[in-house]
Amino acid sequence: MAATQVLRSEWTKIRSVSSTVWTLGLAVVVSIGLGILISWLASNDFDNLGAKDRMGFDATAISFAGMGLGQLAMIVFGVLVVANEYSTGMIRTSLSAVPQRGTFLFCKIAVATLLALVVGLITAFIAFFAGQSVMGEHKASIGDAGVLRAVIGAGLYMTLIAVFSMGVAAMLRSPMLSLGILMPFFFLISNILGNVSATEKIGQFLPDQAGLKIMEVVSPVDDDTPYGPWGGFGIMALWVVAALIGGYVLLKKRDA
Amino acid sequence: MIELAGLTKRYGEKVAVDRLTFTVRPGIVTGFLGPNGAGKSTTMRMLLGLDHPTAGDVRIDGLHYDQLKDPMTYIGALLDAKAMHGGRSAFNHLLCLAQSNGIPRARVHEVLDTVGLTAVAGKKAKGFSLGMGQRLGIAGALLGDPQILMFDEPVNGLDPEGIHWIRNLMKGLAAQGRTVFVSSHLMSEMALTADHLVVIGQGRLLADTSMADFIRANSRSYVRLRSPQQERLRDVLHEAGITVVEAGNGTLEVDGVGADRLGELAAGAGLVLHELSPQQASLEEAFMQLTAESVEYHAHSDPASSPPGAGPGAPSGGVSGPAPGWGEQWNQQQARKNEGA
Repeated sequence: MAATQVLRSEWTKIRSVSSTVWTLGLAVVVSIGLGILISWLASNDFDNLGAKDRMGFDATAISFAGMGLGQLAMIVFGVLVVANEYSTGMIRTSLSAVPQRGTFLFCKIAVATLLALVVGLITAFIAFFAGQSVMGEHKASIGDAGVLRAVIGAGLYMTLIAVFSMGVAAMLRSPMLSLGILMPFFFLISNILGNVSATEKIGQFLPDQAGLKIMEVVSPVDDDTPYGPWGGFGIMALWVVAALIGGYVLLKKRDA
Repeated sequence: MIELAGLTKRYGEKVAVDRLTFTVRPGIVTGFLGPNGAGKSTTMRMLLGLDHPTAGDVRIDGLHYDQLKDPMTYIGALLDAKAMHGGRSAFNHLLCLAQSNGIPRARVHEVLDTVGLTAVAGKKAKGFSLGMGQRLGIAGALLGDPQILMFDEPVNGLDPEGIHWIRNLMKGLAAQGRTVFVSSHLMSEMALTADHLVVIGQGRLLADTSMADFIRANSRSYVRLRSPQQERLRDVLHEAGITVVEAGNGTLEVDGVGADRLGELAAGAGLVLHELSPQQASLEEAFMQLTAESVEYHAHSDPASSPPGAGPGAPSGGVSGPAPGWGEQWNQQQARKNEGA
């Protein structure tokens, strides 16, 4: 089974369903739109900030604030790409056509990841430039130290959120169950764990909390995070690898 | 050529497929028959590598399914008409399947034409009727121009025109020398299409025989007699060493003796006959008798104690009588068992 054939097939699959367009479209629109709004509000509020908060003002990270919501659309994209095979029954047809389950799963994930990467990077660059354009004198420049890394990192973050969701969906198979676990986890639980001092130490190592570090240019003043931008990104990548291995092992073992 | 050797699938305690061994040969339509829940679909899923066998082996042209390069060019399968993404158009559904097996795009147009879906190629599959979905599934099976075709209950839910189309398609494919393996729970359907029969019940192989042999071996043929001088007729036949069974309503039934001989005996004794008719049990009946035996075999440790078809509840309606349903047959078995207890 030539992998190029399967990659081509998976590309046809992904481009021929409307959920791809509306999930990725929503991710772009929400991330950029909300990012501009928050950037504008934050720069207007700058004069009211205390000295400590002014020190930690991170114009780059603020322009990515919309991704907190936009990532939910990336999660839906990642879940639907994989779990729709199961909810529609297509999986039996797909595995009859490509019985090498590893080839099938990783070609599917490769195509979806590439698409998420392109969309994620475009979103990150537009969100950055649009966000900075409304921040007046507080804006950051792409040439500033660490800014380019943060912008590319934001695109990578959006990509990995989608890939992590693909791995979880491959394990759980049901789109409703996958979304029912991932949505509240990333929208609520992770934030709560990360912001309560007692659980902060655990929260720091969750995939999204660790991954967000790469979008920071200016560290908060009393930052005690035990890893840097790429360290955080590495932790997130480990989560993604674990989810993919889990998905692969279960797909290999289970009856379709 | 499909070869099964001791193929077994167990779900916990329940045995869905029990040591199936048979071969599906090219050039003919092989019917795969069994009541609902007999393990037909499970067997077909194992054949395609979708379900992992608990034990045993199944090979296609000598290879395991996942060893086939571009499997759709070896074997095309229709398992479930709804096994597709409803939001994808018919054309794109077939295109993604074709691409995964290196089949040229032009072939997609060909099979759409073959199944008569060209006009709706751009329409989403979720708007399709059951019959159209079935045709799209069959188009997918034909895509790789495979030598082996497998259809799971292809006529389910189709209108008469669709059923007619599928029957002719299967016969046509077999006539081209291909292997055609088709499952059904309807004996009457198989009688019209299949040349060879594999019958399973409760996952076990009950028969692997040509259609003609199956009919000969499993359908009971007998002669029905009616006479106003019934008592004398019985005596005459008894003297000739012929066993007569009273079937009620003043009719007698005789097994294993031709109608001509019985007629001659009656004439020789100067008896009037109102009816002398050879009867053949229907195919549906023969099939149910066979699968009922498997039910009884599993429930009874001693099947010989009540041979099927011999009890008072045994079907004796002949060709014209309506075939009893599954539940009815099972109830008869139960009733017979209770009488024996």
